[in-house]
Amino acid sequence: MVLVYSEDKDITLELLSKGSELTESLDEELSAVLIGEDDPDQYIRHGADNVFVVKTDQETFKAEEYSDILVELMKEGEDEVLLLGADKNGQELAPRVASKLDTGCVSECTALYVENEDIITERVIYSGKALAVERFDSKPAVVTVPPKLFDPLPEDEERSGELIEKEIEVSPYPSKIVDIKEKESVGVDVESAETIVSCGRGFDNKEDIEIAQELANNFEGNAVGCSRPISADLNWLPEEHWIGLSGHKVKPRLYIAVGISGQIQHIAGIRDSDIILAINKDEDALIFESADYGIVGDLYEVLPKLIEAVKEKKT
Amino acid sequence: MEIIVCAKQIVDVSDIKIDDKTNEPILKGVDDKISDIDKNAVEEGIKIKDELGGNLTVLLVGPSEATENIKELLAMGADRAVMVPWDGSSSYDVVSKIIAGAIEKIGDHDLILCGEASLDLFSGQTGPRIAALLDLPQITYAQSLDAEDEKIVGHKDVGGKVVSIESTYPVLVTVTKEINEPRLPSLMDILGASNKPMDVWDAESLVSDDLQPGLETVEIKGVPMERKKIVFHDDLDESIEKVVEKLAKEGVLG
Repeated sequence: MVLVYSEDKDITLELLSKGSELTESLDEELSAVLIGEDDPDQYIRHGADNVFVVKTDQETFKAEEYSDILVELMKEGEDEVLLLGADKNGQELAPRVASKLDTGCVSECTALYVENEDIITERVIYSGKALAVERFDSKPAVVTVPPKLFDPLPEDEERSGELIEKEIEVSPYPSKIVDIKEKESVGVDVESAETIVSCGRGFDNKEDIEIAQELANNFEGNAVGCSRPISADLNWLPEEHWIGLSGHKVKPRLYIAVGISGQIQHIAGIRDSDIILAINKDEDALIFESADYGIVGDLYEVLPKLIEAVKEKKT
Repeated sequence: MEIIVCAKQIVDVSDIKIDDKTNEPILKGVDDKISDIDKNAVEEGIKIKDELGGNLTVLLVGPSEATENIKELLAMGADRAVMVPWDGSSSYDVVSKIIAGAIEKIGDHDLILCGEASLDLFSGQTGPRIAALLDLPQITYAQSLDAEDEKIVGHKDVGGKVVSIESTYPVLVTVTKEINEPRLPSLMDILGASNKPMDVWDAESLVSDDLQPGLETVEIKGVPMERKKIVFHDDLDESIEKVVEKLAKEGVLG
């Protein structure tokens, strides 16, 4: 059996899409796992052959108890693959489950396929410099899949499948969620932006980021991004803007890196950009190694002139 | 408070080049170092120890030459190091079993700290795997920690929400890079580090299981980053004019 689980409904639908491809190659059944309250039939309509509907006392996701639930579900040992979402919850769940099942696990795969009956995965390593191709020698193959890597299958109202109710009691762990605070969303989505103007340590103070925004305003579907220090250390911009290995990974048509030195972790987040323009006063800055075009100069001189030049060119 | 911090030695990823002929990453001659986020874990451990008292042990499973890099963690303020030389499979399932075995041999542990992930492979598996093997609760991706004598609270960012998780000890916690700024040891600290105890344990003696990796690496392929690298550094007005011209030609000014 191929099992898919994420507490995020959208990710579950994406996993089902990939899962149905795998079950075809493996000649297996595809099962979705639903823990808690939601509509299980939607998973059938999106490709699941059956859904395990798990009743539990747990109110919200918690890795320890949810691992034990999944382990209990898979205890027969006949499952081939467990697909989980590569969001924060899935990332802490997958290795815990894999460890309890004494099996291998691949985090954030970029490709997943069957070759000579083996499960093969690919994932990015060395901050994007290389791709590791790995083969599972253990069962089940536990794999986390980044959100939006696969498109959900179209909904099929005709599909039918079995809903299998499971009551699974797991012992609680001595840890508990004591608070969940919604962060105020700033409504920026750098991951789908077409043009990004991104700020780094070259900016002297928070207010100056306005100049980057002014440049960005000349482009459709624009967003202002930033490197790690601007968000994590200085708090000048919320995390929604942060681009890099542990921030957002972006793929705009045009990425303009302003006053960004070009640390490998930042580059990991911008590799998929079509065109990269770098502006930095240090001509030896690493960012120029990863850019298509570069301007060596003080951003406070370059940006106003660039804004004018872009405006002029567009009229 | 008995604190154990797990650290990994990695290659310095920024030094890795891709071989044009074989399309494989060249690891030979690349400097190695302690993975950056593991130093954040050590720093956090030292802070907690300073506040609540106790001992801090750093634990490293990896190449035997790593003893040199471990000294840096002792210089930062760890009391003792345990080194388990291991040049076998680096599969997470194998390594985490050795680490869990070493933690059991160390004995008392209230708080086990790890970095959220290592900067070379960035999987983030080791922490949760150790927690599972030792059947401990886990707090992952902590961006801040409030440690008290009887309990610890970790705060993490989960998709636009800040989730706070509380646990009694023993517990395993993984931290992110934002949690603190690791201290730079002084020359005195560095000299003093050589006098601190470092035990070297044999990996096979720590695990009863067979150490068959669950994953086999088929190949590692370089991902070339092909950029035009056209940099203008003369007259600014001229540079800007040329760049805007180029961008227009690329069709990205629209």
